Amino acid sequence: MVCSVSICAGEIFELKAELNSDKKEKKKEAVKKVIASMTVGKDVSALFPDVVNCMQTDNLELKKLVYLYLMNYAKSQPDMAIMAVNTFVKDCEDANPLIRALAVRTMGCIRVDKITEYLCEPLRKCLKDEDPYVRKTAAVCVAKLHDINAQLVEDQGFLDTLKDLISDSNPMVVANAVAALSEIAESHPNSNLLDLNPQSINKLLTALNECTEWGQIFILDCLANYTPRDDRESQSICERVTPRLSHANSAVVLSAVKVLMKFMEMLPKDLDYYSTLLKKLAPPLVTLLSAEPELQYVALRNINLIVQKRPEILKHEMKVFFVKYNDPIYVKLEKLDIMIRLASQANIAQVLAELKEYATEVDVDFVRKAVRAIGRCAIKVEQSAERCVSTLLDLIQTKVNYVVQEAIVVIKDIFRKYPNKYESVIATLCENLDSLDEPEARAAMIWIVGEYAERIDNADELLESFLEGFHDESTQVQLQLLTAIVKLFLKKPTETQELVQQVLSLATQDSDNPDLRDRGYIYWRLLSTDPVAAKEVVLAEKPLISEETDLIEPTLLEELICHIGTLASVYHKPPSAFVEGSRGVMHKRLPARTGSNVKPEPLSLSPQLGGDIGGSPAMGAGFGAAPAVMPASLNAPVGGGLGDLFDLGGVGMPMGAYIPPKIVWLPAMKAKGLEISGTFARRAGVIQMELILTNKAMSVMTDFAIQFNRNSFGLAPAGPLQVLTPLGPNQTIEVSLPLSTVGPVMKMDPLNNLQVAVKNNIDVFYFSCQYPISMLFVEDGKMERQVFLATWKDIPNDNESQFQIKDCHLNSDAASSKLQGSNIFTIAKRTVEGQDMLYMSIKLSNGIWVLAELRVQAGNPNYTISLKCRAPEVSQCVFQCYEAVLKN
Amino acid sequence: MSASAVFVLDLKGKVLICRNYKGDVDMAEIDHFLPLLMTQEEEGLTCPIMSHGNVHFLWIKHTNLYLVATTNKNSNASLVYAFLYKVVEVFTEYFTELEEESIQDNFVVVYELLDELMDFGFPQTTDSKILQEYITQEGTKLEVAKTKVPTTVTNAVSWRSEGIKYKKNEVFIDVIESINLLVNANGSVMSSDIVGTVKLKTMLSGMPELRLGLNDRALFALTGRDKGKTVTMEDVKFHQCVRLSRFESDRTISFIPPDGESELMSYRINTHVKPLIWIESVIEKFSHSRVEIMVKAKGQFKKQSVANNVEVRVPVPSDADSPKFKTSTGHAKYVPEKNLAVWTIKSFPGGKEFLMRASFGLPSVENDEMEGKPPITVNFEIPYFTVSGIQVRYMKIIEKSGYQALPWVRYITQSGGRTAMLFRYSLLMYSKKRPIIYS
Repeated sequence: MVCSVSICAGEIFELKAELNSDKKEKKKEAVKKVIASMTVGKDVSALFPDVVNCMQTDNLELKKLVYLYLMNYAKSQPDMAIMAVNTFVKDCEDANPLIRALAVRTMGCIRVDKITEYLCEPLRKCLKDEDPYVRKTAAVCVAKLHDINAQLVEDQGFLDTLKDLISDSNPMVVANAVAALSEIAESHPNSNLLDLNPQSINKLLTALNECTEWGQIFILDCLANYTPRDDRESQSICERVTPRLSHANSAVVLSAVKVLMKFMEMLPKDLDYYSTLLKKLAPPLVTLLSAEPELQYVALRNINLIVQKRPEILKHEMKVFFVKYNDPIYVKLEKLDIMIRLASQANIAQVLAELKEYATEVDVDFVRKAVRAIGRCAIKVEQSAERCVSTLLDLIQTKVNYVVQEAIVVIKDIFRKYPNKYESVIATLCENLDSLDEPEARAAMIWIVGEYAERIDNADELLESFLEGFHDESTQVQLQLLTAIVKLFLKKPTETQELVQQVLSLATQDSDNPDLRDRGYIYWRLLSTDPVAAKEVVLAEKPLISEETDLIEPTLLEELICHIGTLASVYHKPPSAFVEGSRGVMHKRLPARTGSNVKPEPLSLSPQLGGDIGGSPAMGAGFGAAPAVMPASLNAPVGGGLGDLFDLGGVGMPMGAYIPPKIVWLPAMKAKGLEISGTFARRAGVIQMELILTNKAMSVMTDFAIQFNRNSFGLAPAGPLQVLTPLGPNQTIEVSLPLSTVGPVMKMDPLNNLQVAVKNNIDVFYFSCQYPISMLFVEDGKMERQVFLATWKDIPNDNESQFQIKDCHLNSDAASSKLQGSNIFTIAKRTVEGQDMLYMSIKLSNGIWVLAELRVQAGNPNYTISLKCRAPEVSQCVFQCYEAVLKN
Repeated sequence: MSASAVFVLDLKGKVLICRNYKGDVDMAEIDHFLPLLMTQEEEGLTCPIMSHGNVHFLWIKHTNLYLVATTNKNSNASLVYAFLYKVVEVFTEYFTELEEESIQDNFVVVYELLDELMDFGFPQTTDSKILQEYITQEGTKLEVAKTKVPTTVTNAVSWRSEGIKYKKNEVFIDVIESINLLVNANGSVMSSDIVGTVKLKTMLSGMPELRLGLNDRALFALTGRDKGKTVTMEDVKFHQCVRLSRFESDRTISFIPPDGESELMSYRINTHVKPLIWIESVIEKFSHSRVEIMVKAKGQFKKQSVANNVEVRVPVPSDADSPKFKTSTGHAKYVPEKNLAVWTIKSFPGGKEFLMRASFGLPSVENDEMEGKPPITVNFEIPYFTVSGIQVRYMKIIEKSGYQALPWVRYITQSGGRTAMLFRYSLLMYSKKRPIIYS
């Protein structure tokens, strides 16, 4: 029990006497007293033998009490627990099914190794009992026993019996058998216990209609682990699961949503059923918001995921996420988050009106988040930016301290997003300078003053006022102040020399913060050696901030969608992050979309590609024809020869990244005379698609544009295709197209497949090509040794794949430096019996790490390579890169 | 899968009773629960899931008790909360009131129930009517012939026992619609919906098959019928007993009802609702001096109908004093512990308009704590009327013995409890210098 409270010896003695009384009533009362003592936390384990003696009774209530006592104390008295075995065995054969079930239920709760094996025979009988109540209890007992002694359960063949129970005639037995098997399978991920196949799925779906609400949850959660063979099977399961969305129990609804969200991944988007299903999902999700607050909270956390995965489901339901005055704070904050995610041009007016209302509430955290939300709306919905700014100004007028500070922080972001647009508000902001006491707000204000110093007459005074207490400021503010004053100096050098001297000496001489000191020195040197360069560095144009900063990374999102309704979906963390011993468990993934009869899609007719590119409104933006006049430097043909040149260099020095030779991607025959060949390269951290366009037709080609279909790593053109217009007959041009990795993601097969559409004045052409995955290897892919070791251990062995690289005649150092050129970093080298083992790490642009062990034996041209990765599907591609890099 | 153990704690965090279902979480971990909760409460950021190390606490509060489930796995959180609420429901039916005392007085039954409700973290039988057939308060005498598992426990029909008998077979149907509404200070309706429930009181013998017919638009569209007013239900939720796949395929609501009282279904309707009672208010705050409140309530429903127990709750500052009221009907009073002025009107006929004025004094030294601006709420009941126009068209009752049974239907529209009609308002603030308007 929870706490031990001493119980006096006299009391124990008295109870002992009563327990051994001949009168049944007295006995029962005594056991009750014992249990009462146990309940309040007194230690009554000393009475063990006396209580166990009462076990053989025909009074059900007394028996239950004794069993209860046994469950609590058996573990502390293992030797004496054996005394109870006989009664259990006997009770399992009792004529009354309630007693048989009670015995088998309690038996499994006595976690004493010594007695488990005595329990096998009774359990075996109970699993075949004629009464379903006993069978359903026995099914759960198998899971209990497995938890204590897995080997024993396997040896005794209980797992097979349990599997048989899935076909039991009674729905409750089926449900418990499914629950027990799922539980066992979860702790033994590789046991392949739940080998779900269409037949067993069919049985489960039938039982789904008949069992209790809880049984339905067990079955739905189990179904969610199944991967249908094709879209037809997927659809038929979805059809049989959707009625569950009308169940009164919120947990049944969420588990059904999980199955549907997962399986609909496999459905072709142009299927009518797909859109029907999308429509069916919204109402039950909305209804979850009228459940009890705790269930609402779980629902909201899940809706947050669903909105990120499939925004179309709830895009018209903004109003239901409006916060109610009496919602608990945890519900309020979640609703607010979802409101921002759903904000769009269509509903922004309402959203803003609501947010402004929230900003006048009392709950500080909620108010802050509401103010911040207004800023996020401004950044997300460009058309609303002006209205958001004026709302924020209204709020600043309230002079409520934390509202003002929060508003200033978000206004800074708005300035970042829309430079030179809202500077008129700076005056108002400056009025509140004195009331700012939070570092984040102070830093934001200082940034604003520095950034717009040329428009603020007294910028120097303002910044100087901060300088007085420089050493009491937090690092964030100090750094910002340093930069702001340097900016000011570069903009108004004549009046501010003294100020900049002052801040530089404060930062470099009087501070012991290395970051601050370093930054100070850098500025100092820049300013003293080359003021022009300083201007270019400090006043450089800043990259725009993106609209949504807190989106969940796509692979994690997919995994979390597979865990809808569970703690993982509430924490927004994978189970491996908070469940001990789950490291070896496979990360769940959404199934890939597959056609019922897999055949390569004809490229030029691919409906998906056509749909995505063709009539979609996105096309306008993506295809925007190249501007007529281009800066010369961008138009210069980019030679693919640079990499080759480096390759000639001696072994041992780092070389440039491997660039595959150009091949023809689109023959002229298929594209009305336009031939495209190309390759991919990574130069200075930028992925580039290098194309050669040849006009083999008779007429002039103009208006080139390019677009990609969604692909595995979100590759997308980072700018328009820059083609010098026009391309005359028989002319050839080399173009280099920088790529980003922030485009929409969809798993492709093969993984590195890229479907491309190129447009010109004649038509739109489609082709597909494969890029070497090494393009995605980023420069900071060198893992710390310790991290490498831990990660290597952490990734389950199932995720390891081994490959042979034949006929490679480099030594290990040469190989290592060659690989480094492609951002494959050697972390450590070990030599064992003439064999060099190289440990390497690679980081992909989407954050996936690949760890490798390369074994090189002197004189043997065949290398062995082992790859370990949490996303093992990339291994094949990575291996291909190794081969390509090493052999070229 | 779900809970490793379930605890019932008092408000001080003391364990009143607990049940360890899986043994994979140290039972002493519960000692961390209250300190965690208190830290969160101090920060003003409570959360129904808390964790300590690798142990997670999922909890709900009921009267003066905390019900807490612990786990160290990736449990199904929605299942755990649904289960905890079910536990509350079962205990409440057993002990009428679920509170500290009822747990202490009935610990034997509580243990028995906990044993039957969940096994190894899997919820089992949670229907209290069925449980009462074999877990009785007095303790079962074990006479083999008598005690056996009610087959209901494991039957596909797990909510109704066989052999129920009534002299007069009747079923009472209550259709209750509640209104959720939010009106902004400028009088625009921000959001509105109707949550309806159909409650049954079944007094029928045997195992009757029931079919409920509503004027459901989707059903009419399906059968091609087109007469009279129909209602579009946005979402429908059913009791365990209703055959969901049947409803999914042809919108038929067919079921074998539980005996006695039960909630058969609930539905949600998104259509724009006209606020049945419209509130207009002028609230003026003269700082350091007084608050003046004027509220006008207008019945925007049919003249023949009457709203009963209308209650208009107007928030007032927490430091207000010396209330004065004037009403054109009904009665107003000050409820200082809730910072509310409550105006009650026992019966409010449709189409009528009433007025209430209140004034409060404010101390010259004012509370500088920020105060929120809770909306004005209106609660009421209008009998014999559903705002959506939903109707029970028929209730077919078929039992193999062939008895005749009578269905009785009652309609009511209400606001209050979980649903509310909320009106935001502008607070006109007057200080000595100039007025500032917050909306």
